[in-house]
Amino acid sequence: MSAPSESNAPVMTAHRAGLIGCHSCGRVWTQDHDQCLRCGAHLMPPDRRSLQKVWAWWFAGLIMYIPANLFPMMSTQTFAGLAGSSESTIIEGVFELIHHGSYDIAIIVFVASIIVPMGKFVAIGWLAIVAGRPATVDQAHTRLKIYEVVEFIGRWSMIDVFVVAILSALVQLGFMASVHPGPAAASFALSVAFTMLSAQSFDARLIWRGLPLRSKSE
Amino acid sequence: MLAPGCPWPILTSMEHEPSYDLATGRGLMACPKCDALHIEEELELGETARCTRCGTVMAKPRDGAFVQLIALSFTSMVLLVGAVFFPFLEVSAMGFGNASSLFDVALAFADGVLLPLVIAVLAMIIGLPITRAFLLVYVLAPLAQGRKPHRHAARAFRWSEVMRPWSMAEIFVIGTAVALVKVAGLASVHLGPAFWAFCALIFVNIASRAFMCQTSIWDAIEDAGQTVEFHGKPRRAKA
Ligand SMILES: [Zn+2]
Repeated sequence: MSAPSESNAPVMTAHRAGLIGCHSCGRVWTQDHDQCLRCGAHLMPPDRRSLQKVWAWWFAGLIMYIPANLFPMMSTQTFAGLAGSSESTIIEGVFELIHHGSYDIAIIVFVASIIVPMGKFVAIGWLAIVAGRPATVDQAHTRLKIYEVVEFIGRWSMIDVFVVAILSALVQLGFMASVHPGPAAASFALSVAFTMLSAQSFDARLIWRGLPLRSKSE
Repeated sequence: MLAPGCPWPILTSMEHEPSYDLATGRGLMACPKCDALHIEEELELGETARCTRCGTVMAKPRDGAFVQLIALSFTSMVLLVGAVFFPFLEVSAMGFGNASSLFDVALAFADGVLLPLVIAVLAMIIGLPITRAFLLVYVLAPLAQGRKPHRHAARAFRWSEVMRPWSMAEIFVIGTAVALVKVAGLASVHLGPAFWAFCALIFVNIASRAFMCQTSIWDAIEDAGQTVEFHGKPRRAKA
């Protein structure tokens, strides 16, 4: 990082200057534009009103997350009945893996399907609540880090959906007699998609609203 | 007029005028993560410009990045086509031996109740990645040759960026590994070439991310004279 000589100088924001920065390409426009003329994205001022969309997707994701945990992800039946027929929810799937002794895979599934989605709800909810409230520069950096982690890691919850899809495909390969994806597979996939949309609609610029306009170093 | 407050210069921009205009926003760039204003300035190739306030990478022009990105896009197209038609898994159990490609599997599901699941999965692992590769080539091919960008290049590039989080080849690979562990001991399952194509795709994506500098591409589109044609026609944002 090439540090500029004026690194301790106060920072001017686009909002403070009466301008709007494009969240998609960074180009700066006057406030009478509502669409970026370079990339076509909708221009939004960094405003707490944009949080409505975050909360809408957040609740949609939460509602979908409840059946995702209560109903079975899939029911399987093997030809020879070796594993018998079984129905398992997300958490039962994890216990099954532990039972088989595959602890590493059990941990992956547990983290991806349980820790990450729950952590995401807490993190996005918390970010949306504190957004726009004055904080210290250090706190703002922490919040931005958390937001970036949430954005990066959220997609990985889809693992369990792919597992169900592949196991269903194994039916076509003549391995298992039947695999029925349970209602939880669809609602879990939707829950992950909705929370991804919730995280994407969060405006990270709100983290910095109300801060003294100082730069990163010291 | 507000004091500019020493916005820190960054950015590649073909135009050499060092000037900027706080009234119109010309020559300025705002950090998408914290809104700090920066003056656009030409960067050396290989340099990385970070936001002075939050440290977000704002530009990292790389030598020959457009050509590399085009090459990587073609590579992923080839890998994805291979991933569709080559055998993905080979199963042998109870005397059955069977090899199946994703294409076979998709056909087998074509009229079942599972169709929505199959379509969603195929979109995330094949459809979106291949669309992104096409869009990127469409945007970058003229720019790499110094020609005028194609029509709707800006929109094409923005959509390719919107699709980025939804293409999930790497997650699919892990999902496959988990599925194989779940059936381990009941049958011998062998991974086919299509699985390895997905693994290769992960590395192509990592390389592509190293060369990807959105700011350079936006600047190149703008400097090549592409004006967005939806001027004065306010439209709703994407979902
Ligand atoms: Zn823009």
